[in-house]
Amino acid sequence: MRRIASTCFFLFCAFLAFSQDDLLKSLGTDSLRKNYVTNAFKSSRVINGHSMEFIGKGVLDFRILHRFGPVNQGIKEFFGLDQASMRMGFDYGLGKNFTIGIGRTTLQKELDGFLKFRPVHQASGLGGSPVSLVLVAGMSIITMENDDPAKDITFSSRVGYYYQAIIGRKFNQRFTLQLSPTVVHRNQVLLNDDNDTYALGIGSRFKLSKRVAFVVDYFYVLNGLPKEQNFNPLSLGFDIETGGHVFQLHFSNASGMNERAFITETFNDWGKGDIQFGFNLSRVFTIGKKKSKALKQ
Amino acid sequence: MQRVLLILICFFIGSIASGQGKFFTKTGSISFFSKTQLEDIDAHNRSVTCVLDTKTGNVQFSVLMKGFEFKKALMQEHFNEDYIESDKYPRAEFKGQIDNNSSIDYSKEAANQVRVKGPLTIHGQTNDLETDGTLTVKEGKIFITCEFKVEIADYKISVAAFAKNKVAKTISVKVSCVLEQLK
Repeated sequence: MRRIASTCFFLFCAFLAFSQDDLLKSLGTDSLRKNYVTNAFKSSRVINGHSMEFIGKGVLDFRILHRFGPVNQGIKEFFGLDQASMRMGFDYGLGKNFTIGIGRTTLQKELDGFLKFRPVHQASGLGGSPVSLVLVAGMSIITMENDDPAKDITFSSRVGYYYQAIIGRKFNQRFTLQLSPTVVHRNQVLLNDDNDTYALGIGSRFKLSKRVAFVVDYFYVLNGLPKEQNFNPLSLGFDIETGGHVFQLHFSNASGMNERAFITETFNDWGKGDIQFGFNLSRVFTIGKKKSKALKQ
Repeated sequence: MQRVLLILICFFIGSIASGQGKFFTKTGSISFFSKTQLEDIDAHNRSVTCVLDTKTGNVQFSVLMKGFEFKKALMQEHFNEDYIESDKYPRAEFKGQIDNNSSIDYSKEAANQVRVKGPLTIHGQTNDLETDGTLTVKEGKIFITCEFKVEIADYKISVAAFAKNKVAKTISVKVSCVLEQLK
């Protein structure tokens, strides 16, 4: 009996001692709390393709994209900089996990728009998903006038669609990798092409410093396009952030600036040095007011 | 059987004893404010963990840096990515001691002025902090409020060149917690 009593006494003391040690520990650990992973990419695009990152609720992202001519044209064409096509676009964050965007490209005077939704957000802690899943659906319309009277161009023949799923993971502070299976549907195609083109995108970011990151954006086209004419778009570049702006400077064999264009209309070959310089400029504005209640005193 | 019961009872008593006199919350509020001529920045966080031991006057706070919400998403990104580096240093902690704890009667409903001292850890850097606050006992709960200032240089938080004029060197912090008895 005495032994038990003394055991109990020790236990009691142990409890007291424990309680004095670290008060926060007496509540249990909160490392199990779900913690969403943010800033997997600097921008909502890897380079051409969508990234797993979102711009945030109430944020308007004004994006200007430039693609120049082939670098190997030499000094006569100032390494391609004499020619430029551009896309001007607006993305808006309707919610933390929902973005809409529109844009217009000078190439073929093409309008495009998309919806981007994130059903699964990578998180650490209890019940957190190891990856993010993002779904994108987009549409594009070529508005350039038809100057060939032999061709019968209707509205629907100008339209293309794309659907994309992005599965991505931020592995650590520096390294992010995502895979994005994509299908592009074009209502009207050339004789040898399929209407549906399947492609697998690979996007990655490696952060070099707080403000500079190296990015790779590649799409492997699986079917539907003649291999001798069409090439897989590969872009390599740097993201540079300066306050509210993100500059994405890159070299690429793709000149298209929406999914239909860069997946199905990349006719240049890295192997032959047919690459071009381009940049994306992103400027964000906070439009929607976040609710911010003053603290209760 | 009797022994087991006895041990269990001891455990029970022990745990009650350790919980007695302790108050806590996991939903306290903290906000900070940075004011410069170019930009006002404020952020708040409603998931402060706080535990107060009324016997010893020991009071501890912990807050997850990622829980701070800013008006602009970009500010929040810079705060987490560049300044606070919240993946490396996920939380800030304060382990304080109430100087005049013995003069506070926790059984009486009243507002008390308190002085708290202790180490404050932000961004992996620890400095001593001493500040005044109020501790109000009301309806079995304890309301804590306090305000203090933090020099960002003390915590080795470096601000990017483009934001040098937009982030104040001294940040005001406000804390407000409603503590309930820990059972």
